[in-house]
Amino acid sequence: MSVIKQRVVPQQSSTDLGTSRAPSGVDTPQRLSQWYMARKSLRRYWQLYLIMLPALLYFIIFKYIPMVDAVLAFKDYRLVLGIWGSPWVGFKYFTMFFDNPVFWTLIKNTLGLSLYALIVGFPIPILLAIFLNEIKHGFFKRAVQLVTYAPYFISTVIMISMIMLIFSPRLGVVNVALKEFGLQPINFLGIPSFFPSLYVWSGVWQYSGYSAIVYLAALTGVDPELYEAAKVDGASRIQRILNIDLPGIMPVAMILLILNVGSLLGVGFEKVYLLQNPLNLETSEVIATYVYKIGLLNSNFSFGTAVGLFNSTVNMILLVLVNFIAKRVSDMSLW
Amino acid sequence: MVRESPRRYVTHIRESFGDQVFLTVVYIFLAIVLLVVLYPLVYIVSASFSSPLAVSSGRVWLFPVDFSLRGYQVALSNPQIITGYANSLFYTFFGTLISVTLTVAVAYPLSRAKLYGRGFLMFFITLTMIFSGGLIPTYLVVKQLGMINTRWAMIIPGAVAAFYVIIARTFFQLNIPEELAEAAELDGCSDLNFLWKIVIPLSGPIIAVLTLMYAVGQWNSYFEALIYLKSASLQPLQLVLRYILILDKAAGGMLDATAYVERMQLNDLLKYTLVVIGSLPVLIIYPFVQRYFVRGMLLGSIKG
Repeated sequence: MSVIKQRVVPQQSSTDLGTSRAPSGVDTPQRLSQWYMARKSLRRYWQLYLIMLPALLYFIIFKYIPMVDAVLAFKDYRLVLGIWGSPWVGFKYFTMFFDNPVFWTLIKNTLGLSLYALIVGFPIPILLAIFLNEIKHGFFKRAVQLVTYAPYFISTVIMISMIMLIFSPRLGVVNVALKEFGLQPINFLGIPSFFPSLYVWSGVWQYSGYSAIVYLAALTGVDPELYEAAKVDGASRIQRILNIDLPGIMPVAMILLILNVGSLLGVGFEKVYLLQNPLNLETSEVIATYVYKIGLLNSNFSFGTAVGLFNSTVNMILLVLVNFIAKRVSDMSLW
Repeated sequence: MVRESPRRYVTHIRESFGDQVFLTVVYIFLAIVLLVVLYPLVYIVSASFSSPLAVSSGRVWLFPVDFSLRGYQVALSNPQIITGYANSLFYTFFGTLISVTLTVAVAYPLSRAKLYGRGFLMFFITLTMIFSGGLIPTYLVVKQLGMINTRWAMIIPGAVAAFYVIIARTFFQLNIPEELAEAAELDGCSDLNFLWKIVIPLSGPIIAVLTLMYAVGQWNSYFEALIYLKSASLQPLQLVLRYILILDKAAGGMLDATAYVERMQLNDLLKYTLVVIGSLPVLIIYPFVQRYFVRGMLLGSIKG
């Protein structure tokens, strides 16, 4: 998902109402205290504030209270004492996590999966969009678009089931084909070294078409005169792609890259967990699945919270850092 | 959704040989992409319409072999699947209703330029996309609210997505001029009336986008069910499918009456059938709603 910085031009009235300079009630007084303005806005817009309440409460209860409750990571959680009554233990659980041999495995797997996904998953949608943009409108183009978006709507459970069916050692069409060629069937899901590729390439299969939409939109925004001028100057298609298309989608690509790098340690739980099995655990255990198992399944709440907190903190720092670098280097950033 | 090709207007410049070669490469690449994406879908659907024997002997590879509806008969007479389907429909309907209502109700006020504190509130909402307390504190909150193992747990804890609030707010900012609200106010129309009578009717596209995105998300989700629900009677379809397809536990009782060999074959076939049944609702509506998703995706890429 992308959030592209783009100034939204303030709406100017296309229909001049004549009265757009509204009387005193709407005018914002220039030199008044914040407090006065807040009260005035509240009195004026109380209905709007009122309907915002449920959603704001939602964010407080389900997003902000958990953030505060994450102090659990620094405490020894006792059910009877509750979060705030439990004794402080400082960084005990963090040290426990860092000293645990599983720490480096988790970091290696998590980073490995996201870097692999980034390197493969980032350029392919761009390539797809540029190629789609090269061909004329018609049945073929529409068919490619319709078919490539479709997998986006398949649920994670179904996606993993499909992988398991297609790569199943006994029935899977891949192994049936291998046998046809006289090769030994391979238990793809049980061999740890296959896990990252299965994870990443199934993601490419599922999301490339959808991700290409944003780039196609960016290409739509390119001034057609640029192409005409390039054509008159005798630029080839490849030259036009390199000199017009790529610069055209650069801002969007940068933003998506920042977001991707910012979530390098944020490999999602859902897909990894389902694709995991005892045989491939060596490469498939990532931070999110570990938190679930250690924290929820083993009810080790404090430890699980500490690992989770470590994860969110690193993610946030990465995002801020990458954003900062991008701002310095390319003048493009999220904020 | 895609720019008119400028080639149309410059027809007098002929494609060079190099360009023709390149264009051929483009077509071949896209054709391969098309086949690679399409093949697994076709294969699964074909297998689901084949006979149990053909599936378990691995004879299906493109088209149905010994066409049969046996898989569908068995799957659709299984109470677990039916309960899961009903639950998923319930969660999707009420979840989407609540999500869309809350999202519009918070996004519209935030689009009003003169609302005091809207900058702060936007920050307040956006921050939740960047930092989170994590799985366990969230779980404990849901637990304290007494929602564990209730239908509420499927609907409330994920009700509002910060990202969709931003999308909706952008839409309102771009499509509902501030002057319109001011004019309505002069005519004595209250804010709520304005929202209900003017804004909502003008916001069909964004409401469609929100509805579809929340609905697909809800239909496809299994994580909330995995951590919050315990009773079998509350499980959504995705979780039922996980038991049967991924944990490979044959749906209890469904196959008892049949002989061992047939049971094994049916078990193979059922997996394909269930994959199709599980994604059917979404894939049926997909071609019709595709353009709304594209629009939503584009709206999401503009930040106010």
